[in-house]
Amino acid sequence: MLTFVIYKSILCVVIFAISLGVAAYSTWWERKFAAFLQDRKGPSRAGPFGLLQPLADGGKMFFKEEIIPNVSNKFLFILGPSLFLLTSMMTGVVIPWGKDVKIGSDIFSLQITDINIGILYVLGVTSIGVYGIMIGGWASNNKYSLLGAIRASSQMISYEIAMGISIIALVITAGGTLSLREIIAQQDAGLCNLVYQPLGFLIFLICAFAETNRAPFDLSECETELIGGYNTEYSAFKLGAFLFAEYINMFISSALMAGLYFGGYNFPFAHEFYNALGLQEGSAIISLIGFGVYFAKTCIFISVFMWIRWTLPRFRYDQLMNLGWRILIPLSILNLVLTVVVEYFRGNIIL
Amino acid sequence: MALQLTNRSKVVSNKEQSFSEKLYLPAIVKGMAITFSHLFKKAPTIRYPDETRPMAPVYRGQHVLKLDENGAERCTSCGMCAVACPAEAITMESGERKKGEEHLYREDKYATKYEINMLRCIFCGLCEDACPKEAIFLTDRKVESDFERGDFVYGKDKLVEKVNERVDISKRQTPEVLAFKKIPGLKHNELFDGKKLKDKH
Repeated sequence: MLTFVIYKSILCVVIFAISLGVAAYSTWWERKFAAFLQDRKGPSRAGPFGLLQPLADGGKMFFKEEIIPNVSNKFLFILGPSLFLLTSMMTGVVIPWGKDVKIGSDIFSLQITDINIGILYVLGVTSIGVYGIMIGGWASNNKYSLLGAIRASSQMISYEIAMGISIIALVITAGGTLSLREIIAQQDAGLCNLVYQPLGFLIFLICAFAETNRAPFDLSECETELIGGYNTEYSAFKLGAFLFAEYINMFISSALMAGLYFGGYNFPFAHEFYNALGLQEGSAIISLIGFGVYFAKTCIFISVFMWIRWTLPRFRYDQLMNLGWRILIPLSILNLVLTVVVEYFRGNIIL
Repeated sequence: MALQLTNRSKVVSNKEQSFSEKLYLPAIVKGMAITFSHLFKKAPTIRYPDETRPMAPVYRGQHVLKLDENGAERCTSCGMCAVACPAEAITMESGERKKGEEHLYREDKYATKYEINMLRCIFCGLCEDACPKEAIFLTDRKVESDFERGDFVYGKDKLVEKVNERVDISKRQTPEVLAFKKIPGLKHNELFDGKKLKDKH
């Protein structure tokens, strides 16, 4: 029992650190990648290849003056970014980063906790995340912030529906389990879920962009129209918390996409590869390779997020709502119906 | 057909979008392909303090007041450069050479004060053309940035070259350039040509 507690606390700290590290270096990679796409060089002054840039940015954020507007509700003003950061960190809990490690009779799982409704948990926690933006924008007592917050919340609520329905279709193909651990483990033997759910993946991808408030759905903070949107009044580390949480959200949704649709820690001919190396099932090296594969897939998705950002212009608000309610939701329902029909004829659903 | 300067104009049409256009996805993929292709293009960036753009050998940068081979100032404070300067960036005060200063100043008269305002200067090089004593030249050195406007008024301390750190101007003044400057018919040579000056009076 004691080893279990110690192991879990270490795992928590490690995953916490990884999330923060990835978020920090996403900002670096975002700037670097944007520079590459625009024939520039990007940050290069702080450390080799500008690798210390996130530290410099963080240091700058930390030493800025904390300004709390006089007319704002102080408690809510501080609660907003805290809640946003907290929820974004909480979503990472259910992601299984690799196969279990067996040492003697003990089994160590690379997942902090295996909730049997894992996906539902992720959706729920991200929904709470909207409150962070809403509270932050509302407590600022500023028109721009309020507009940004309204846009963000209506956008996240609208796109969550299509996202949820596309996940239901996925769950049906995965045999009715909501546990992320089982969904990823199932893709071990056969093909990854993308093959069964191409339309579902597309819907999930688009919704993930909207959920994380990333371009082309970054209406909530559009710099040109709303001078920063919900974070207009924020400064110093509270602003940093908002920006940071957004990158963590991006990391988690990338990890979800890689896990749900691209097999997570599995890769083609994994068993042959492990056999060729002579590795036993449950060895630590297998888990480590699996973790590396999963992490690489996640990083690729993070790059796709950035690639899209530096390609597409922002949607107009009515276009955004149109796309969400009149296209994506009917499309995801169609996808669900098709999935049910196909699964019925494959004999996986018995009426 | 109206007159066209180029063939690039396009007739605007409000035709209905086709199905593939309405889907947006092909257009998005196309756009992403364009941005992706830029990943492999070389950035034209020159990281300035570390790297510098290759400069022309006759680049016109910060001025130098040359010394002659004995280390005496060539400038006689004639004021031709100040007259020639279109930006009125040059000011000077003249003084008479005292006895025992022969090693410092080449001729009887010299500039006690010689200032160029680098913010006014347009680096046209007319001062160099005007100088009859081959004393002032523009060099390939850049005028460095500074904090105060006043600091951009360069005096003799910054302009006159040091005896042990000679500034190379051979690229700007080739023998051909020097020969061209000495052609008697040119206006500034005419003025300083004693014979012709006498004839005029």
